Amino acid sequence: MEPVTRIEGTAVPLDRSDVDTDQIVPAQFLKRIERTGFGPFLFHEWRKDPSFVLNDERYAGASILIAGANFGGGSSREHAPWALEDFGFRAVIAPSFADIFRNNCCKIGLLPVELPQESVRALMDAVLDEPATRIVVDLETLSVAAPSVEESFAFDDFRRWCLLEGFDDIDLTMRHADEIAAFEAARPSWLPTA
Amino acid sequence: MAQTLAEPRTLAEKVWDRHVVHRAAGEPDLLYVDLHLVHEVTSPQAFEALRLAGRPVRRPDLTVATMDHNVPTTVGPVTDRTSARQMEALTTNAKEFDITLYPWGSALQGIVHVIGPEMGYTQPGLTIVCGDSHTSTHGAFGALAFGIGTSEVEHVLATQTIPQAPARTMAITVEGDLPAGCGAKDVILGIINRIGTGGGVGHVIEYRGSAIRALSMEGRMTICNMSIEAGARAGMVAPDDTTFAYLEGKPHAPSGADWERALDDWRSLPTDADATFDAEVTIDATALRPHVSWGTNPAQSVTIDDTIPEPDSFEDEAKRDAARRALAYMALEPGTRIRDIRPDTVFIGSCTNSRIEDLRLAAGVVEGHSVAKGLRALVVPGSVAVKLQAEREGLDRIFVDAGFDWRGAGCSMCLGMNPDILQPGERSASTSNRNFEGRQGKGGRTHLVSPAVAAATAIAGHFTTPEDLREVDV
Repeated sequence: MEPVTRIEGTAVPLDRSDVDTDQIVPAQFLKRIERTGFGPFLFHEWRKDPSFVLNDERYAGASILIAGANFGGGSSREHAPWALEDFGFRAVIAPSFADIFRNNCCKIGLLPVELPQESVRALMDAVLDEPATRIVVDLETLSVAAPSVEESFAFDDFRRWCLLEGFDDIDLTMRHADEIAAFEAARPSWLPTA
Repeated sequence: MAQTLAEPRTLAEKVWDRHVVHRAAGEPDLLYVDLHLVHEVTSPQAFEALRLAGRPVRRPDLTVATMDHNVPTTVGPVTDRTSARQMEALTTNAKEFDITLYPWGSALQGIVHVIGPEMGYTQPGLTIVCGDSHTSTHGAFGALAFGIGTSEVEHVLATQTIPQAPARTMAITVEGDLPAGCGAKDVILGIINRIGTGGGVGHVIEYRGSAIRALSMEGRMTICNMSIEAGARAGMVAPDDTTFAYLEGKPHAPSGADWERALDDWRSLPTDADATFDAEVTIDATALRPHVSWGTNPAQSVTIDDTIPEPDSFEDEAKRDAARRALAYMALEPGTRIRDIRPDTVFIGSCTNSRIEDLRLAAGVVEGHSVAKGLRALVVPGSVAVKLQAEREGLDRIFVDAGFDWRGAGCSMCLGMNPDILQPGERSASTSNRNFEGRQGKGGRTHLVSPAVAAATAIAGHFTTPEDLREVDV
């Protein structure tokens, strides 16, 4: 994975809570067996509405998505972060994220940035007010900066290190190959097998 | 979850601790995975990545695959080419990586969360993962089971482990006898309504209390299944005699001396008397009523006796906004009685409610009645084994005679990846788990209900309960 350190760009304000992964990419598009090319299906149904924010020319080219609480709930489909990434997003800022979605984002280098409700509101309002507002998300300093908002965010230390270095997760785990083998040797014989 | 062995521990902590392969400060625990379940939708990219990196599957013997999301539930070939391609990819991958596969057409095929338990793969104390959020279902046996993404599927295939940041624990205690007409689905819809779609985020929930103890394994699976709908990382129920009776004699359950060894082990799993949880919620089972969802997330539900709520009645703006949006999508007016809402389709199926007990209950309600005129009703058994069992009991005849479609096994209309979908604007009463916009077909409007309410609603043509139906009969 490419290292992730600092993201600077404009943002799309998706001012609603409980955005589930079925909305991010509907099930009919999960039949592809490739890892790429999901961007065109991002928010497929909502994009049919001409007034949907992603159809607003003023937000074209944004690299940050700002959304309401509990973003990414429901299905575990990694196709959701794939679609966001393929569309051009590098970070999502929200008051809270669903656990599996957050994991999936970290796996592919799409930053899930959790900020207090008020700060997300302030960023949302700033971007609604001025679509050209530039936002900087810095994983090294754990900070989000916009002209009107300065806020720090928490991020799991280990994940942060993995993202900053661009490590391969499987290689990292296989540093413990001896421990895995020892664990396997000690498993009870009655456990189920295929 | 980093307590020492001497301290009293919860069920979740016990299962977690016994699977730690590597633990270090500042790192997630590396957990061993006892059972990895695989299906056709979330695995092709994982296998492709292994192939590109030249990595083998570490433990094909702990990996079990089936086809469920895409499969047609009618007789005949797979007509959707992309679905067929995805199913073929799983066949190829299972062969190449030497993984046991129960493909479409096999007598052991079914929804991954139905076949795992029914074949006895799912056992107390195991860690179970699958590229599917409803993996939480398997927690009904006292396993720590959770959904993962495709990159994690790849990681588990390659290493048989998964790094996991610590989880918090939550006890949800449901005490008292459930009123007649209320079942496991109403318990979990009531819980999600109470704690919200994000109420369980970061937590492993343990369902406890006399109402949970009194449930069958099928009922416990229904409850654990929808833990993810409250945002929880997993849901669990402590194993007990109900669990052991369900497992004994299952093909992949231990037998002979191993059965005794396993029982000794499983009996050590329940939460210690003086263990504490990070959060606790108590639910009065006696006050529950059948639930019907009215909105576009599973927390947006009321009881069958209620009316559609007024968006302004919610305390915060995000909830008011969500309610307004949901009612517009669902084409519902505040104040409308739930009993006056008329679905176009009734779907009995999904990993939440497609097991034999669900079908027996629904068949008992519809027996001797007919599906309301103009209403489409279908029953999709969770597995071929459930279908065959139901047919042995004559349940298929009861459904067909009443006017239901009797289908093959699969996920079907729960998520509309196969041809079973709602048309735009169509309204369903569904025993599935998600009422998200477009979940059952674009523009479709989903109301989540129990099998009992679904069956009664199919007969009456509007939302109702079996008890109401009986009163009409008199």
